[in-house]
Amino acid sequence: MGDMIKGNEAIAEAAVRAGARLYAGYPITPSTEIMEYLSWRMPEIGGTFVQAESELAGINMVVGGAACGVRSFTASSGPGMSLKQEGITQLYDEELAAVVINVVRYGNGIGTLHTAQCDYLRETRGGGNGDYRTIVLCPESIQEAVDLTGLAFDLAEKYRTVATLMTEGALGQMMEPCELPEFKEVKRQPWGFDGKYSYKKVGIFDRDSMKEAVLLNEKHDLIKANEQRWEDGDIEDADYVFVAYGLPGRSTKGAVEQLKAQGHKVGFIRPIIAWPFPENAFAKVNPNVKGFITVEANATGQLVDDVALTVKKSMKSDIPVYCLPYVYGIPAMKAIQEDFVKIAAGEIKEVY
Amino acid sequence: MAKSKKIAEIAKKTSSFCPGCGHGVVIRLITECLEELGQDKNIIFGIGVGCSSLLGGVLETDRLHCLHGRAGAVCTSMKRVNPDNIVVAYQGDGDAYSIGLAETTSAAYRNEKFTAILVNNTNYGMTGGQMSNTTMPGQKTTTSPMGRDCAITGNPIKFPELVADQFNAAYVARGAVNTPANINKLKGYIKNALEAQINGEGYSVVEVLSPCPTNWGMSPLKAMERIENELIPYYPLGEFKTREVK
Ligand SMILES: Cc1ncc(C[n+]2csc(CCOP(=O)(O)OP(=O)(O)O)c2C)c(N)n1
Ligand code: SF4
Repeated sequence: MGDMIKGNEAIAEAAVRAGARLYAGYPITPSTEIMEYLSWRMPEIGGTFVQAESELAGINMVVGGAACGVRSFTASSGPGMSLKQEGITQLYDEELAAVVINVVRYGNGIGTLHTAQCDYLRETRGGGNGDYRTIVLCPESIQEAVDLTGLAFDLAEKYRTVATLMTEGALGQMMEPCELPEFKEVKRQPWGFDGKYSYKKVGIFDRDSMKEAVLLNEKHDLIKANEQRWEDGDIEDADYVFVAYGLPGRSTKGAVEQLKAQGHKVGFIRPIIAWPFPENAFAKVNPNVKGFITVEANATGQLVDDVALTVKKSMKSDIPVYCLPYVYGIPAMKAIQEDFVKIAAGEIKEVY
Repeated sequence: MAKSKKIAEIAKKTSSFCPGCGHGVVIRLITECLEELGQDKNIIFGIGVGCSSLLGGVLETDRLHCLHGRAGAVCTSMKRVNPDNIVVAYQGDGDAYSIGLAETTSAAYRNEKFTAILVNNTNYGMTGGQMSNTTMPGQKTTTSPMGRDCAITGNPIKFPELVADQFNAAYVARGAVNTPANINKLKGYIKNALEAQINGEGYSVVEVLSPCPTNWGMSPLKAMERIENELIPYYPLGEFKTREVK
């Protein structure tokens, strides 16, 4: 077992070890320690750190670094992530590889400082203009955050796209023992700008979007086929299957253990990658399951839509899908158990 | 017999600017300078949105069409990660001084070591001639139909003066493309700016007063006269900060 380390700092160090050599960003709680850490760490290892004048500038600096083939990334939260959508859609459009970290906090507009999962729909759908998705990785622990940070850079380059590490305020702020990965050799992408015009990218005025659309769908199909990741437990004979990711996913696993000890037939699916959604996980679920239950830290229920769509796609469409949205924070195992009893008793209605 | 000058290798493709537009001249000057300095195979452009983006279709070089206003940020990181390449931001006044004022000013403020060539045609050309931060007092545009009223819109911005006065930039100048003499001087400014970058001296910027006959509703010749009679008195030409070459 490794040393105790704070989530945000572990993520920053993991990015450095994964070969990231450009960070540009603007401070916002609860993500700020990532940039503070990199303000000394990047120069120490010969990388580039820029304290940008805004999130818009920060993500556009990532665009510049990524265009030169350098592993580049930024981090933010709520309102800052809204500003970054502009650059994210461009990174995707130019097929540039980059990583964006959202340490999610609760709220619309300027938001609050509470830890939450209210950006699920934005991160999995893409909040900027156009037709795009980013690969979205959502860790439940600091160790997993570290592992997924390295994976995020690898996947971004493999598919020439943006990978989003969608973590939560509490995970960024808490400390856990963690094993950091070895240093990766720093490699530049061969297609990055070198001033010699060896990578001939056409500008938007010469493009054929009809042809690009076909390629774009092929790429998405490939990502969907290859990159579904999840953890599951006891779903083959469950009456009810919980679906939750991140820190609520972790407490849901605990609640499932306790419910099983009380004799309930329950299981869980914890998406580790939220886009592409782990549809394959649902193939193993008991065909006679009585319902799916999402556990979420947001107000309206967001993950529940993907679960309902997946149930419709891969199972009988009349299986009820319930949602337990706990607004912000990490739902307590006790609360999840109590609400489960209400669902089983018909006191909480299904969403779909 | 007049000698015809050779067009730089990297800018041989035809452009689609309006007749009498100044952009083409500026691009020609930049690419000539790059070739003369032996940097034409060592160049990355961050190109703005607007008519300046038509440059993208002309060039045979590394170039990125940046989001509207953000070339200052994009070029910042391009130059930081590729310090041996020459990096040039090419933007219009709407791009650099309105939507991208923060990115443009902040790059200058941080003294980033790239070169900005900012084409000031006193309006948003590409979108049909709306008012920009450099539109002249009383100038009619599609969004200042009665003429720009500076009492409610502020005064036209003088970016080179701001940079020269307040920031520790390496080189700051303003040129114009209205006469052969001014074009020759402008070429000197662009070359100085690029040399400042080659020597790693810091941020270099050249603003260019350039005609937009289409949106000014003038013949190309009248547009040149407007630059001489109206723009230059407000936007003086020259080097505001010269290089301290040791
Ligand atoms: C975010 C965004 N807002 C608005 C536009 C529309 N737009 C395209 S070009 C332009 C004006 C560009 O003007 P300027 O920078 O002065 O360049 P010029 O066309 O005069 O060379 C605008 C507003 C855009 N492309 N992106
Ligand atoms: S609209 Fe104006 S700036 Fe644009 S190409 Fe035509 S003349 Fe040039």
